[in-house]
Amino acid sequence: MVAKRIIPCLDVNDGRTVKGINFVDIKEVGDPVELGAHYAADGADELVYLDISATFEGRRTFTSLVERIADRINIPFTVGGGISSLDDAARLLDAGADKISVNSAAIARPELISEIAGRYGNQFVVIAIDARLAADDRWMATTHGGRKLTDRELFEWAHEAQERGAGELLLTSMEHDGVRQGYPCDLFAQITGALKIPVIASGGAGSIDDIAEVFEKGHADAALAASIFHYGTYTVKEVKEELNRRNIKVRI
Amino acid sequence: MIAIVDYGVGNLRSVENALKRLGAEYILTSDPETIRTASKVILPGVGNVAEAMANLREKGLVEAIRARRKPLLGICVGMQVLCRYSEEGDTQCIGLFDTDVLEFKPEAELKIPHMGWNRINNLSSKLFKNIDEGTYVYFVHSYRPQICRDTIATTDYGGLFSCALKYENFYGTQFHPEKSGDAGEAILKNFLAL
Repeated sequence: MVAKRIIPCLDVNDGRTVKGINFVDIKEVGDPVELGAHYAADGADELVYLDISATFEGRRTFTSLVERIADRINIPFTVGGGISSLDDAARLLDAGADKISVNSAAIARPELISEIAGRYGNQFVVIAIDARLAADDRWMATTHGGRKLTDRELFEWAHEAQERGAGELLLTSMEHDGVRQGYPCDLFAQITGALKIPVIASGGAGSIDDIAEVFEKGHADAALAASIFHYGTYTVKEVKEELNRRNIKVRI
Repeated sequence: MIAIVDYGVGNLRSVENALKRLGAEYILTSDPETIRTASKVILPGVGNVAEAMANLREKGLVEAIRARRKPLLGICVGMQVLCRYSEEGDTQCIGLFDTDVLEFKPEAELKIPHMGWNRINNLSSKLFKNIDEGTYVYFVHSYRPQICRDTIATTDYGGLFSCALKYENFYGTQFHPEKSGDAGEAILKNFLAL
């Protein structure tokens, strides 16, 4: 069976990595290519690069960055942030991305998923959903980094995205993101049970226990984490070795 | 000379980048004569096998591939087109590998596509020189070739399938060596050294 995946996530602004401590083997901490290569060498199974640039110039820088990542990194990587058209997807595919993730633009126009998956295959499209618990206790999709609640109920939206051709779901609980108190495992167990496509759990990892739990109790297929790696709490290797000791199947 | 077959399926960039990292010289081509005679040929493929077969036929490449006597490596859909038949689009393929490509049957526990890192076992070819049994490589696919006499490696995903095949000078991997980290690069290097 497939191994559970560990996926470091790098936020990129104007071509530079936003977070990241000074790892001993990295000369340029701000260089997303160097940081990604470091994680790949350390045992990361995939990488996610999120473009958080707000400007046109920043976007263009990101595309040339994707080319440099593809030249250097020998594991799969996903790119996301601001992808709102088939042209955006084509540009990133041509630059060498293995997958793209779509978020707000797909909520605004769900056909975007069908268009990209129809042209480049389901394996190329990751649907990213930032979910929040609404007042009526239903999990709802949000946009604008969790600030804006939409009228799309999480399970219904995730199912539609799957039917439209998304090959994976990257689900972030905005209640847990950045708090480092663990993932909502009940929610992940429900969503992995409800979908055919793999689910990447994102937001909330503060410890190896948290990651182990989202695999064992949440049945997630992959765990995405940023802070614990960027701030050097654990290396990817340490996380995978500990998961292996706990009999969770990982690639070592 | 290494020729990467450019036949309009997906982009070839990840295979190109892997060869660059290995320091290998290559060309992209759809010229039948070059593909028949190049010392090594890599046939990539992403997407739909019916479309891939249609493109190979249209460019006159089926005969060129069949006539090759030097090593060729098909990757993913590039391997599936070398099998007899695929359930995807009910497609007749080139028929070098003695097996059919069938869809994964959905089971409760089985996510489809088969996506991520899985182990390769029962390794029996120079393609896997210095590669350990149980090495993890990267897969993304929804159809898989059955076990047959040409099987040179197996993977378990809801049952065993052929993750690599060999018939005479023709090799194929269902996984993506160009995305499989250091292990994948070692496998590509073994192919180039054949």
